[in-house]
Amino acid sequence: MDLFFFVVFAVVAIGCGISVVLQTHPISSALSLVGVMGALAVLYLLLGAEFIAMAQVIVYAGAIMVLFIFVIMLLNSGGEVRAGRSVIVKVLGVPALAGFVVIIAWVFNSSFSELAQVHFGGFSDGSARSVGRAIFGPYLLPFEVTSVLILVAILGAVVLARKELD
Amino acid sequence: MLQGGGVPLSWVLILSAILFSLGVAGFLFRKNIITVFMSIELMLNAVNLSFVAFSYKLQQVNGHIFAFFVMVVAAAEAAVGLAIILTVFKNRSSLDIDDVSEMKN
Repeated sequence: MDLFFFVVFAVVAIGCGISVVLQTHPISSALSLVGVMGALAVLYLLLGAEFIAMAQVIVYAGAIMVLFIFVIMLLNSGGEVRAGRSVIVKVLGVPALAGFVVIIAWVFNSSFSELAQVHFGGFSDGSARSVGRAIFGPYLLPFEVTSVLILVAILGAVVLARKELD
Repeated sequence: MLQGGGVPLSWVLILSAILFSLGVAGFLFRKNIITVFMSIELMLNAVNLSFVAFSYKLQQVNGHIFAFFVMVVAAAEAAVGLAIILTVFKNRSSLDIDDVSEMKN
């Protein structure tokens, strides 16, 4: 049953991922990316990461993608003109990436035996409670530094957007 | 084929590698600056899947914390990046990454 759900949502994720790359219109790419993120949220649940799955849906699929779609609508850009990248990228890109995937797959297959399996419920430490204990315990300093990062990002976005208004 | 009906851990990691490669492909092949940006988000998502999978393997919550931090950085990056895209579009009325080439030599 776990395997069935994994295969279904992995296929959805890969299909939507291919669609992100192949669609010519940005809005189609953005909606495909939402599909990838939803499928990944289900896989996070399978891996026992409840908090991360919820954060994925709320922050990624909710907030970040809405920001993307706002900008796409605001700029009202049409489909992409199909023009060539450089020849090297065209010729070598796909084979190089396929080779990368094959090598990675071989490494993972040889370093993890078939017995290292993922079961739903096999890891129950991913609740908001344990994630919160880890964040406000050993990871308190990185968490506080993160708030400064967010502040800088807000200031940067405001400054850039205001310069455009003048 | 598989005993126990579970998912082999390597399959999860291979899925992560495939999604990462798709992100790299989008980054290399696409010309629309917004699509390039979305490819970066796709790569970040793939890395998050790896973090969570290793967290399951090691039975520790640390990987979840890193995935959470990656999400925060992605949100900050999206806010600043999209503001930059808005400014670039106002200045040149184009979203083609090859039109923005002042820093090339």
